[in-house]
Amino acid sequence: MIPACPLASLPRGEALRLEADPPIAVFHTEEGEILAIDDTCTHQDASLADGWLEGCEIECPLHASRFDLRTGRVDAPPAKRPVRTHQVVIEDDVIYVVPSEEEPNLPPGVTLKGQA
Amino acid sequence: MNTVCVVGASLAGLLTARALRGQGYTGRLVLVGEERHRPYDRPPLSKDFLRGAVGEADLALEGEGEELDAEWRLGVAATGLDAVARRVTLSDATSIRADGIVIATGASARTLRDSRGLAGVHTLRTLDDARALRRELGEGRRLVVIGGGFIGAEVAATACELGLEVTLVESGPAPLAGVLGAPMAEAIATLHERRGVRLVRGAYVTELTGAGRVDGVRLADGAHLPADVVVVGIGAIPNISWLEGSGLELGDGVLCDEGGGTRVPGVVAVGDCAAWFDLAQGGHHRIEHWTGARQRAAVAAATLLSGGTARPEPARPPYFWSDQFDIKIQFIGHAGHADSVTVEEGDLAGHSFLAVYRQGERPVAVLGVNQVRLFTRWRRHLETAPVQAG
Ligand SMILES: Cc1cc2nc3c(=O)[nH]c(=O)nc-3n(C[C@H](O)[C@H](O)[C@H](O)COP(=O)(O)OP(=O)(O)OC[C@H]3O[C@@H](n4cnc5c(N)ncnc54)[C@H](O)[C@@H]3O)c2cc1C
Ligand code: FES
Repeated sequence: MIPACPLASLPRGEALRLEADPPIAVFHTEEGEILAIDDTCTHQDASLADGWLEGCEIECPLHASRFDLRTGRVDAPPAKRPVRTHQVVIEDDVIYVVPSEEEPNLPPGVTLKGQA
Repeated sequence: MNTVCVVGASLAGLLTARALRGQGYTGRLVLVGEERHRPYDRPPLSKDFLRGAVGEADLALEGEGEELDAEWRLGVAATGLDAVARRVTLSDATSIRADGIVIATGASARTLRDSRGLAGVHTLRTLDDARALRRELGEGRRLVVIGGGFIGAEVAATACELGLEVTLVESGPAPLAGVLGAPMAEAIATLHERRGVRLVRGAYVTELTGAGRVDGVRLADGAHLPADVVVVGIGAIPNISWLEGSGLELGDGVLCDEGGGTRVPGVVAVGDCAAWFDLAQGGHHRIEHWTGARQRAAVAAATLLSGGTARPEPARPPYFWSDQFDIKIQFIGHAGHADSVTVEEGDLAGHSFLAVYRQGERPVAVLGVNQVRLFTRWRRHLETAPVQAG
């Protein structure tokens, strides 16, 4: 489990980027849900934490693909593959992320730092 | 509606076909495409693909296992349209009768009138163009790029990174000056010069020199730029000549209403070949950007399926991006409508800034250079602002 931040420091509508390998984005939706996905878009090297949060979807800041934060599903091209989701745990008002054990869907040209 | 024929099997055609299925169309769907390739993405052709950072498989627009339940007629061009009978004639001497027709034939690269079929002279629009150009971009070779629009500026940047000796010839004051306006385009000019591109501004090309193979470019002032390879990037023209005599209204593209409907019921046009009516700008305009095709595909599908009764939302200001060197350029709106432009974040010299173009107090365009996060906020702001008639 990776500690992200105190609950109070991530207001609704905001996102946080965790420098994991690969980086993880944590979102606090307007509806109050806290959700985590890989930060790197599956199309190219863009940070989804910089994107636009609308409901339970994040729109990539570069080419506007949209990903469902709950399932990782991609709703609009140019991205074709889903983004990996992570489990979020809140304990004593602190947000933690449980990194997924699945393979990440990194875009072409982006590799894990550990493998670079 | 029992049969829909989509003519042009690239971005706009594929996305409209997808939108038709998404909106519940279950009838026969035929996609006709002149290129032999399955739909692929063009933006990387001047960037990562040309650089060799991504391969052909990465360009595919279709998702893995995507099933549109369509008939694909690839490698076949539409040669004519009988709009009243809704019959498309094809280059293989067959024809298709349809109840709905989607025109998505895009655009072709404009060529120099007099290139005399010289070897070593390239344009860049298709995968085949990109393959051919890539083979010629050997380290140390001299490349002259004619035209400092997006494609010219991107090819110049990519070739420079590949170690070529690059000269960019631009008729205006700076690359991208047409869209960004001269003051902001100056920042792009500096970027290119600092990274080693030689810029020749305010220059007109009069002749390509060489016998059999190009060896240089002659300018109006008599200067001669030696070249091993030449790329001509002087814009694109809509692929609409096959529609002459069809009864559709043609101008700079197929003229359409705000929903992509043409003068003929059951025929819509979308993407780079289509000039939709735009209330905010007044008049018909072609939008030659990726997201333009994506946004309009869903609208065009709704127009076709509803028989033109679906009321589209007002068009959003056009958005495009361009990658040059390690710089991400993002732009939304119309610089031409502005009477002032101010840098609101960062500075021009550092190649990381955000500039807002205003008409009076009202923001009409925003430019982001390596300011992805902030630009996204501004883009949303412009996209959700009420549309004003221009
Ligand atoms: C090198 C390059 C880089 C680009 N970079 C960017 C970028 O960074 N950002 C951005 O926003 N936009 C960019 N664009 C623009 C973007 O790719 C286009 O807006 C987009 O491709 C338009 O899609 P379209 O389907 O309308 O047209 P096209 O992609 O041109 O496709 C039209 C298709 O129709 C076919 N066709 C033509 N005539 C016929 C016929 N008679 N019968 C059958 N088929 C026919 C053509 O062969 C083609 O396959 C770039 C374009 C190019 C070429
Ligand atoms: S980088 Fe996210 S859609 Fe292209």
